[in-house]
Amino acid sequence: MSSTRQAGGIRDYDWWMMAIVFAICSMGVLEIWSATHASGLAGMHWKQVSWIGLGLAGMFLVSRLDYHAVLDKAPILYLIGLAALVLVLAAGHSRFGAKRWIPIFGQFLQVSELVKLIIIIAVARFFADVRSDRLSLGDLFKAGALVAVPLGLILLQPDLGTALVLVPVVAAGAFLAGLQWKHAAALLLVCAMMVPVAWHSLKPYQKDRVTTFLRPEDDPKGSGYQILQSKIAVGSGGFWGKGLGNGSQNQLGFVPVRYSDFIVAALAEELGFAGVFVALALYTALLLRLIQNAQRAKDRAGMFLVMGVAAILGFHVLVNVAMVIGFMPVTGIPLPLMSYGGSATLFVFLALGLVMNVRLRRFVN
Amino acid sequence: MSIFESENRLPQTRLAIISYVIVGLMVLLLVGFWDLQVVDSDHYLQLADRNRIRTVPVIAPRGAMLDREGRVLVDTYPSFSVLLLRDDEQQVERLLPQIADGLELSLDDVRQQFEAAKALPHFQPIVIKPEASPSDIAFIESHRADVPVLEMLMVHRRRYPPNGFMAHASGYVGEVSSDQIEEANGRYKPGDIVGKTGLEKQYNEQLMGTDGQRRVVVNSVGREVGRLEQTDAIPGKPIRLTIDYDLQAVAEQDLAGKKGAVVALDPKTGEILALASQPSYDPNDFAVRISGEEWQRLNDDPEHPLMNRAVQAQLAPGSTFKILETTAMLESKAIPADFKVFCPGYATFYGRTFHDAEKGGDGDVDLHKAIVKSCDVYFYNVGQRLGIDRLSYYATKLGLGRKTGIDLPGEDTGLMPSEEWKERTFHQKWYPGETISVAIGQGAVVVTPMQLAYAYSGIVMGGKFMQPHLLMSDQPAPEIDFPISESTVDFVTQAMYDVVNNGGTAAASKLPGIEFCGKTGTAQVVSLDKRSGGNKDMKNNAWFVGFAPRRNPDIVVAVLVQSSGFGSQFSAPIARDIVKAYYDKKQGKLPQQLISKAGSAPGASQAEIAQAQPAPKSSEPIGEQPSPPSARGEEQR
Repeated sequence: MSSTRQAGGIRDYDWWMMAIVFAICSMGVLEIWSATHASGLAGMHWKQVSWIGLGLAGMFLVSRLDYHAVLDKAPILYLIGLAALVLVLAAGHSRFGAKRWIPIFGQFLQVSELVKLIIIIAVARFFADVRSDRLSLGDLFKAGALVAVPLGLILLQPDLGTALVLVPVVAAGAFLAGLQWKHAAALLLVCAMMVPVAWHSLKPYQKDRVTTFLRPEDDPKGSGYQILQSKIAVGSGGFWGKGLGNGSQNQLGFVPVRYSDFIVAALAEELGFAGVFVALALYTALLLRLIQNAQRAKDRAGMFLVMGVAAILGFHVLVNVAMVIGFMPVTGIPLPLMSYGGSATLFVFLALGLVMNVRLRRFVN
Repeated sequence: MSIFESENRLPQTRLAIISYVIVGLMVLLLVGFWDLQVVDSDHYLQLADRNRIRTVPVIAPRGAMLDREGRVLVDTYPSFSVLLLRDDEQQVERLLPQIADGLELSLDDVRQQFEAAKALPHFQPIVIKPEASPSDIAFIESHRADVPVLEMLMVHRRRYPPNGFMAHASGYVGEVSSDQIEEANGRYKPGDIVGKTGLEKQYNEQLMGTDGQRRVVVNSVGREVGRLEQTDAIPGKPIRLTIDYDLQAVAEQDLAGKKGAVVALDPKTGEILALASQPSYDPNDFAVRISGEEWQRLNDDPEHPLMNRAVQAQLAPGSTFKILETTAMLESKAIPADFKVFCPGYATFYGRTFHDAEKGGDGDVDLHKAIVKSCDVYFYNVGQRLGIDRLSYYATKLGLGRKTGIDLPGEDTGLMPSEEWKERTFHQKWYPGETISVAIGQGAVVVTPMQLAYAYSGIVMGGKFMQPHLLMSDQPAPEIDFPISESTVDFVTQAMYDVVNNGGTAAASKLPGIEFCGKTGTAQVVSLDKRSGGNKDMKNNAWFVGFAPRRNPDIVVAVLVQSSGFGSQFSAPIARDIVKAYYDKKQGKLPQQLISKAGSAPGASQAEIAQAQPAPKSSEPIGEQPSPPSARGEEQR
């Protein structure tokens, strides 16, 4: 039956969304250039451009598939994802003290990015199967378990940031699937009680990040250093910024990983509040545009798919930007479409491909 | 039928809620940015500047010290100190083992320095290693990223001649003390290197210069990537001394291994040609950083190597006092010039017997013979007849009991006793018997070698007392005039000529072709414990004050050799060597031992002298009370 569905033409792509994505990518490439052109990393922005190109191709391919067919394969994809996570733990390539990469196509691909995509699909499939407006406690637990397994495997890498990213997918899904307020309240209570246990199982560097976040003045050169330097970069940028390539915090390397996780700090220093305003407005527009696509989805499955993407991107943006200005501890979550990174960029475009896919099939019956 | 066919209503309300939440959170973030970038922007701009701009001091090199002919005696060389940045104490704590390893220091030492500095403000770096070796520099440069708490500071290190050559005149430098900072009224700042003793202290203002500073842009690992502005350092001015390197070398060589002092000066100008004191110390030890142990050792050393004996040893002058007494006798005319005494080898005054150094006595003695043979009995009588107050008046006018005014810190005054002094100090009457002791330079009278050189200079110059000085100047030195009659000068100098040249006490030090004159002195000393133990084995302080030529002399030399024996045997030959070197030089031939060194750089010649000087013997027996003011000669005759 699904084979009878016909996708829309080229005009049915969400060109507004594409425009927003291009704008964000352009700001990212510009800032990656500015942050690295005078250092040993010069030329990095071209790599990013090629990742974007590859991402666009991937997005187009994904949009041509029928998302229903993809959802049909969800259980197999889920198992493949788990297998990949186990593989990376067993034989993965260690970089920066964590096993996150496996070599594919001569490049290092971060497996957890692939898993994010699979989880979005699996969660959408799961909630689409729940045919009720009120989510039962049993289904809620099942959804939780569905995410808990890969989340646990990612935590073992260890990669707390990516593991946390999976939570909003299931949270948004549950919420839209009719999560009952009393269940939500109970869940929050349990989470609060889990905090001491979770704290106990954190790695020392993770504990450092949290304590530093709570009291940064205790440790201005250690793990508090990153947040402090980031805030100095942002604050010293002022309203109009110091100009592209003129940020001392950025150019002299005071901003940590300024081309990646802290790219907003570099942007805020060089382009000022005005630049930040534009960037955040673009992200807001992108997210609202995603939600609009969800609202217009033909079916619940489509909506869950789009909202999974929206949840994961929104979480990335909010947590990353909040971290840069010291609202959140340092978690190592990159800013989608702006931070340098092959796997992450590729993931975003593939996820957007799913969104396009849903959009192209909204009128098909 | 596929699962997707059953069309449920989409949860539009909940989707809308999510939209609002996203917009709300975005606005919250924007408020955060507004707060940082607009409200607090200036504050963060300041922090950013503090991050990237570092003010590095540019240390002014200290001025050199040159000898009278412009030869370098003391200079500086560029060197690096290793600074430990202590902004993050926990980080430093963690890195200590790596730092100790990299800088080849013991971990205990590094930790101790770090702990000791904990009271200081965090932003103030400490010097963890004052002298960085090339491998230290390599270590710091290659570990900037993982050991970012080390920094190098270019400094100018003081370089003194080796083995304590002229150490007491030059003095040494060190980090300014908090007391000095307070006294200086803002001219010094913490960490400044200033003169602590000697000429370094005396002429610190000229020598020091003014540090500049450089504002540099550094990157996040502290590497300098650019310069903003620089205030150049103003180097200290060199000072030219009156010291003659060649004469100083002779003095140092002759005094090596002994305990005592040498002062050679030009009586016409007060210019000091040589000033040596032994045992000495190496001021280079202070130039880097003296260890607590080394400092303790120098301070506790019973030989007092840090003491400048030329201006700080206050000892009984012995028979050298007789020249001042003779001047008093002839100038006061209280006793006829042809006064004679029969010397049986002893004399009795006030019921007490005073012995002469010459056991059998000198027979009939007139003033000339009394000086040439150094007859004590004659001068006992002179002293008794003059009385202590007349002796005191003349001796004080001739330079005793007061500072000579030499441009060195810490000069001592010595002591010339008088009735008034006894009354004031001890609330006791002066006993006439004490005058008899003072008459031969024992008892309460004590002098420094500098004072004797000064007094003799004034007497042989007919009462023109030039203030002795080490700094070469175009201006004549201040002088004090106490006119002495021509006949007195002629008589005294003739007697001292005969001391050396006509069978006197210093006959062994005769110099062919040179009118070398002088007076010996052998002051008896006894240590407190030896006195109680009844041990008679005492060592005497040997004095000699010589000059040449007899009239209108060019050079006066005072020599003290402590705990040795007779002045004629131990001190006169040193004075002779210096006077000989002076004339050899004047005639164009340099002293034999210096010929090879004259053409080479002073640094090289200093090294050779260093080899020639044996290290002072620390096992030398100490035959006197340890501290100088109490080491008064004890009258025994």
